[in-house]
Amino acid sequence: MKKKLLLALALAASFAAQSQTLRIGLAEDPDVLDPTLARSFVGRIVFSALCDKLFDIDEKLNPVPQLATSFQWAADNKSMTIKLRSGVTFHDGEKFDANAVKFNIERHKSLAGSNRRGELAPVTTVDVIDEFTARINLSAPFSPLLTVLADRAGMMVSPKAAQANPTAFGSKPVCSGPFKFAERVAQDRIVLERFPNYWNKANIHFDKVIYLPIVDATVRLANLRSGQLDLIERVAPSDVASIKKDSKLSMSRITELGYQGITINTRKGDGSNPLAQDRRVREAFELSLDRAGIVQVAMDGEATAGNQWVPPTNQFYAKNVPIPKRDVARAKALLKEAGIPNPTFTLMTPTTSDGQRVAQVVQAMAKEAGFNVKIQSTEFATSLNLADKGQFDAYVLAWSGRADPDGNLFSFYGCKQPLNYSGECRPLWDDLLNRSRNTLDTSGRIKVFATLAAEAAQEIPIVYLYHRNWLWAHNKKLTGLRTIPDGLVRVQGVKM
Amino acid sequence: MAALISSAVISPVIEAREASPAQRAWRRLLRRRGAMLGLFFVVFFVLMAIFAPLIAPYDPIATSWSAVRKAPSWEYLFGTDEIGRDVLSRIIWGAQASLMAGLVSVSISMALGIPIGLLAAYLGGWTDSLISRFTDAMLAVPFLILAIALSAFLGPSLGNAMIAIGVSAMPVFIRLTRAQVMAVKVEDYIEAARAVGNPHWRIALRHILPNVLPPLIVQATLSIAAAIIAEASLSFLGLGQQPPAPSWGSMLNTAKNYMDNAPWMAVWPGLSIFLLVLSFNLLGDGLRDALDPRQK
Amino acid sequence: MLNYFLKRLAALVPTVFFVTLIIFGLQQLLPGDAALILAGEEQDPEVIAYLQKKMHLDEPLPVRYAYWIGGVLQGDLGESLRIQEPVLGLIKDKLPVTLQLAGMAMVIALLVGIPAGIVSAVGKDTAWDYVANMVALWGLSTPNFWLGILLILLFSVSLGWLPASGYVSPFEDLWGNLAAMIMPAFVLGNGIAAVLMRHTRSAMLQVLSADYVRTARAKGLGERTVVLKHGLRNAMTPIITLGALEFGTLLSGAVLTEQVFSIPGFGKLIVDAVFNRDYAVIQGVVLFTSSVYILLNLMADMAYFLVNPRLRG
Repeated sequence: MKKKLLLALALAASFAAQSQTLRIGLAEDPDVLDPTLARSFVGRIVFSALCDKLFDIDEKLNPVPQLATSFQWAADNKSMTIKLRSGVTFHDGEKFDANAVKFNIERHKSLAGSNRRGELAPVTTVDVIDEFTARINLSAPFSPLLTVLADRAGMMVSPKAAQANPTAFGSKPVCSGPFKFAERVAQDRIVLERFPNYWNKANIHFDKVIYLPIVDATVRLANLRSGQLDLIERVAPSDVASIKKDSKLSMSRITELGYQGITINTRKGDGSNPLAQDRRVREAFELSLDRAGIVQVAMDGEATAGNQWVPPTNQFYAKNVPIPKRDVARAKALLKEAGIPNPTFTLMTPTTSDGQRVAQVVQAMAKEAGFNVKIQSTEFATSLNLADKGQFDAYVLAWSGRADPDGNLFSFYGCKQPLNYSGECRPLWDDLLNRSRNTLDTSGRIKVFATLAAEAAQEIPIVYLYHRNWLWAHNKKLTGLRTIPDGLVRVQGVKM
Repeated sequence: MAALISSAVISPVIEAREASPAQRAWRRLLRRRGAMLGLFFVVFFVLMAIFAPLIAPYDPIATSWSAVRKAPSWEYLFGTDEIGRDVLSRIIWGAQASLMAGLVSVSISMALGIPIGLLAAYLGGWTDSLISRFTDAMLAVPFLILAIALSAFLGPSLGNAMIAIGVSAMPVFIRLTRAQVMAVKVEDYIEAARAVGNPHWRIALRHILPNVLPPLIVQATLSIAAAIIAEASLSFLGLGQQPPAPSWGSMLNTAKNYMDNAPWMAVWPGLSIFLLVLSFNLLGDGLRDALDPRQK
Repeated sequence: MLNYFLKRLAALVPTVFFVTLIIFGLQQLLPGDAALILAGEEQDPEVIAYLQKKMHLDEPLPVRYAYWIGGVLQGDLGESLRIQEPVLGLIKDKLPVTLQLAGMAMVIALLVGIPAGIVSAVGKDTAWDYVANMVALWGLSTPNFWLGILLILLFSVSLGWLPASGYVSPFEDLWGNLAAMIMPAFVLGNGIAAVLMRHTRSAMLQVLSADYVRTARAKGLGERTVVLKHGLRNAMTPIITLGALEFGTLLSGAVLTEQVFSIPGFGKLIVDAVFNRDYAVIQGVVLFTSSVYILLNLMADMAYFLVNPRLRG
């Protein structure tokens, strides 16, 4: 009798010990939790625990299987056959199969307000070959397809739940990830509970994950310090030193996929923007900047200087266009050549502290070469509007980055593409961009990017400054956090 | 008969006796130590703002990469900020922005609110109803929301923040002016002034306004205090004074991210705002006591 | 009295109408195409067009106003385009939070402000006067967000006594809820305490020199009875009106306090909605809070009537 009691107590104790909650502090409140409609970076952090995707990416940005186990390009590269994992169920018990894949891709392409249409533009149809095999058909070869399917466009929601709730699916999302949706209080918390039938459940060591959006970085860190949070994302670079000194906390970092840069409006317009009149003025501007200095002062060293849309460590970085060193003398000479020795322009920056620091440092550096930079702090919503209408001279703009360089390029350099604020429109560039998409083999793409990088270095529509470090701070007891350049927090393998 | 009445009432009520009410009020003010302390600091900061170009040791926007976030020392008495600027110089120059935020905003509020309140009370009837209902509506919308929306509309800058705060704080002056004028307009001397044939504008400016001024002055002082805080709040949201120009509110906003490694960046602007606002509050309270006719 | 009540009720209508005009007008003031920021990072032109349609941005202003008011009159406050949740639902979720915050702040303000005002009035021009003044003014002289951050650093990070931010429902965890709300309520209540102190002080001063108080004193009643029983009761009337008026100040203060402490109340909701141009949320929430404010004022006027027998019939 005594033994039974002891056993029962031990079991109860171990049960209680097992019930663990992971509390993650986010830098913003996520938007709608529907992978088709989602529009923010921070939402993807929640998705990585809520919704599994066809593929995921690893530290080296290679696609790895998640809901899909293997892929095969067709001979003409105009379709890809995917083999799916068997035995996977959605949170509502529905089976995951090729029909679900077809449903989801079609939903991504056709739902009103879908934000995935652009990403899946080259995808035409999806064929169900058999229960666990699907074929994705393309209008033309599309090398970024795998990385696109390793993001929100590859997330699979339960067809039954989506059909039952067509307009408000995001308020009660049903996916197939390790955690299922429990509750959401806007701007307060998102609570996910362990999904007992997850295919990789051995790797999940928590029963609950709670995401708490805390916008102020100081307060976010204070929460981590006081023990209310276990992990926080986007630590302020200025806090890194004190976190290092704290014996209860650890830091993790990795270079991001995106960049911080200054987009230049190259439309000549009414002639009031000296940067637009002559490419030599743009070159002089770039030469007046000391990227290492900017990284040190504006980011406390928590960034890597860069001059392209991918970091220097990326395999697609064009080695033929290295980072130019600061050269004030040459900058002055170029300005003299161009006949504009003291150009004046307005640098538009959002009111975030990052943007403002960068703008102030740039203003001071460019002054030494003769530039008279006026800083115009603009609320983000307004700045988007001005950028869209081409009513700016230069704009401090960061991009969160995508795993494939195409994601950092196409929308920005393609003629009339939505994020092409600089206004460059060259058939050669469009041709290069399309070629980089149509070429599947890496070395071929590297050559195309090398040509494009050389072109961009000549025209300088965007002055890339640096690639920030994703900074996570967490409780020392937390282990298994993988530092992947997309900045997301993957719960698989994390334990405390 | 008419001459008797006119000579007695045409001149404003504030007339000289052994000591004018204004002089008596001033003496009462001098006796309140809190108000005197407030006045001292207000004058101190105003002088600091006026003479900033002469007394600031460094250029407030000159950056220095080698002197980033240095602790206070003999070279930089208040330390340096996140891009190497001298905090003391920025505090001194920042007094201009913070004082202007207070003074200009309230001037706008008064310039808009007092005439409207005067109009409402003087004209009465539909005008009064309309203005009163609109003022009620403005007061119903939270002040900071109004200010944020206006700031966003006008664009983030100190000037626009002042306009936004000024317009958002206007209802208080409308209400106050109206209430005071309503009380005064039924007084005998006003009736008499009208009977004698004074034009309305003359009555309003020479007879009514001087008598309602005291509570308005008190309110103005207190509103200045609130306006300075409002500018700091708007800066917190990114809508106030923009870099690199200094204002205590925006300095505080930037400094809150460096509390751990550079607390001096926050201490000095925080202390300055506190002192200045406290001073205006003390001064306002003192003025209210001094100008209150019911107290000896 | 019924007459007065009905007249006041009738006056509500134009006021609320003006409020809707102000709110709607403010929105349109917000620069930029609202659809752009709601469209997110990728700025997909089809998403932008879809959002523009949903927000009726292609229609003229009066039509948009009509759409909104029409919806409101039917009880539909629209939906947040950012997270696709109905505004009414958001209000329902956040009302208890802001209510609790405002309530606790008011209690703190009353506990600090009224005694300070009494002490200051009774001990006029003595040391007590200055001390009471300082205590109350201190709160009014520091920006909300600054005080909040200082308190967080002291009580959460250094001492570890209180949580740094966040909110937990009192039904889930009462102590946790109070621990999380005490600092923000204190920060919010501070400013109001000063205003209450001032008004209590001047009301008390007025009353203490009044005839009936002199009579009470002459009758030989103890000072405390004079002050509390006679003085305070009569001083309460303007304080009631003030309480209602200060609701507006509370809401303004809540905007920043909630940001700093991450309290999911109205203030935070509105600020985020302004920066994200989530029109429906701004309109719906501000309309709601304004209506409550107007109602509170009406109730305060009624209470004023009831408490002060001399004003009745």
